[in-house]
Amino acid sequence: MSSRDRILASVRANLPRLDRPLPQVPMFDASAPESLLALFKESLYDMGGDFVDLASGEDALQPIRERLAAAKVVCSAASEVTGNRELSSVRSPRDLADVDIGVVRAAFAVAETGSVCLTQYALVVNSLGYLPQHLIVLLDPTDIVVNLHHAYRRPEFLQGHYVVFHTGPSATADIEGVLIHGAQGVRTLTVLPLPRAARPSNH
Amino acid sequence: MKGLQSDILIAMGAGAGTRPVESAVSADDSPVKNGRRLQHAEGASRPLHSTTAREPQPRGARIRGNHRVDQTEAAARFIAAPQHEKMHDDRLWDLRTKRDGQMHAIPEWEELRALASAIKEHTLTHLDQYLDEFEQNARANGVHVHWAMDGDEHNQIVHGILRDHGAKTLIKSKSMLTEECGFRSYMARVGIEVIETDLGERIQQLDNEDPSHVVVPAVHKLRGDVAELFATHLGTDPADDNVHHLAEAQRQATRPLILDADAGMTGCNFAIAETGGITVCTNEGNADLSANVPKLHIASVGIEKVIPRLEHLAVFIRLLSRSALGSPITQYTSHIRGPRDGGEMHVVLVDNGRSARLALEKFWTSLKCIRCGACMNTCPVYRRSGGLSYGATYSGPIGLIIDPTFNRHKYSSLPFSSSLNGSCSNVCPVKINIHEQISAWRQVMAENHELTFVKKAAMKAAGVLLAHPALYRVAIATADSALNGLPRFAIYSRLNAWGKHREVPHAPRESFHSWYKRNRSAS
Repeated sequence: MSSRDRILASVRANLPRLDRPLPQVPMFDASAPESLLALFKESLYDMGGDFVDLASGEDALQPIRERLAAAKVVCSAASEVTGNRELSSVRSPRDLADVDIGVVRAAFAVAETGSVCLTQYALVVNSLGYLPQHLIVLLDPTDIVVNLHHAYRRPEFLQGHYVVFHTGPSATADIEGVLIHGAQGVRTLTVLPLPRAARPSNH
Repeated sequence: MKGLQSDILIAMGAGAGTRPVESAVSADDSPVKNGRRLQHAEGASRPLHSTTAREPQPRGARIRGNHRVDQTEAAARFIAAPQHEKMHDDRLWDLRTKRDGQMHAIPEWEELRALASAIKEHTLTHLDQYLDEFEQNARANGVHVHWAMDGDEHNQIVHGILRDHGAKTLIKSKSMLTEECGFRSYMARVGIEVIETDLGERIQQLDNEDPSHVVVPAVHKLRGDVAELFATHLGTDPADDNVHHLAEAQRQATRPLILDADAGMTGCNFAIAETGGITVCTNEGNADLSANVPKLHIASVGIEKVIPRLEHLAVFIRLLSRSALGSPITQYTSHIRGPRDGGEMHVVLVDNGRSARLALEKFWTSLKCIRCGACMNTCPVYRRSGGLSYGATYSGPIGLIIDPTFNRHKYSSLPFSSSLNGSCSNVCPVKINIHEQISAWRQVMAENHELTFVKKAAMKAAGVLLAHPALYRVAIATADSALNGLPRFAIYSRLNAWGKHREVPHAPRESFHSWYKRNRSAS
């Protein structure tokens, strides 16, 4: 008898003979705020993330141009930003270890928690979310859901093998509760509001 | 507790206007944003700096084979280290306070707890079906699924996978299941180098200690302890106990090990039957590095981790980090359904006593536990005695009801390390009746003759009194006056554990029973 069969047999023999129906889970969205973007921003700040507020009429990429220009290695998986490290040249995930700034587009965001959802398709190489020192995430402000109940109804979770919520940067407070940004992953996470289908930039 | 006055002043003094917002810091070097002290992840809501005078770190319970663990003895040594005890107590109570803040911010909190409990109870009463569904879907995604009866088999399976790939080094994120399995010591014996990538867990690994808490494994250590440890192992300056420097030293030391590792390992917070995928929650992003940098990813999954569908995951993710740390979500919530292109993914489903626990009528609901640690943070005994005093994989209230299922004799005194105040049950996000199970375990221990002599003698005397109301009332009257009149040496004797480290309250002048009788007859 295999361990699989022995474990399942033991489970069956020991199952509590009780009627425990599976409950319906409500969406808990009755008191959704008027502006999902405002709630998202506040949640993101509380989780240590940054949000770029654009002046009206400002070129959406202008606020990050200076940072990108100052960085030695920029690797972008988003069509709107061009870096100097091509993802197509990456042979192994560790090749991204020297990246200063990674850029990726979020599939959507969650207002309740300040999370952005990144998929394997958006990341191209999954380690792009973790090995760079800093991460810039492009988000279409219309791609925000109110809470996690709505988030888990999204199709992304049934597509591909890797989907992740990033909520602010990598953090730890394992020593005396002192909060540190950049435990093993990115030191900062910046969300830049940029509608999809924006024209590619010449950066 | 957001935005303590002093924090804001220091942030402004640091030049919040001219420097990037995130470079502002509070009194204890925690980041400040928009004038508010950040307290996400496991960050404290106020500065909790230990004093600079070095105090040796108290060590955990003395383990002698199968002998009964003496939690009280180890707790006494923890209490005898006042700096460590104070930081531990303050820090965990702060997490509990932050948890309360999150709870009050969500009107549906109690509904979420009820849902979480119902989903878990449903899944556990249909566990065979959901495990089967999970396995089928995981296999369809290209995941290799293995089953392990116990810790040894788990370790052998993982070792086999590593051997097949010629893997010598393994980076891993924190997993209580692998602690249960004695994974690190097994791998050391067979010559595989295991590198813990969570800061707290790495600290514990370097110090050759078990995690003392399921979420914050090094919470019993002070910054000075870590400075000393890192000086020995990472070559840092032993006099530099700046927490930012210590964390950065670990980042720099661990990163090359992550990049060069042959394989990666993670635990699993929730396994979704519907998708065949696992969900892992971390603040550091180290599980994602472990799963996404090496070619080979192995996930260790306890069989009780399975839940039916994605819509149920929402309930648990909303509760987990709020209950654990008072943070709305962990920094990273990762959903892994299969290997990435060119990679390989294995899942090891581990029983290790779980299926047997299902049969325990009074205790099976302990399998609902999602390892948030809220019961530990709120427990007055745990906060004052440190997790290592329990001498077992699981400590605090949840440990008291799980550990005896692994070894009834060795952990027979643990259920007595509780005041039965019930706070653990009240904060539990999946509504486990923890304090009632603690009490029920005491009965089991008594029936199995697992009581120590002192406890047995005291119980016998109490039993006689409690069975005879008249005798009880005489005894109480005598005891109350005796308590007020007795010399201290009689109350605080070695035989009375309750007199240790606490002042006995003033006894009432009169019992309720005699007050009631007097006032009833007067009216």
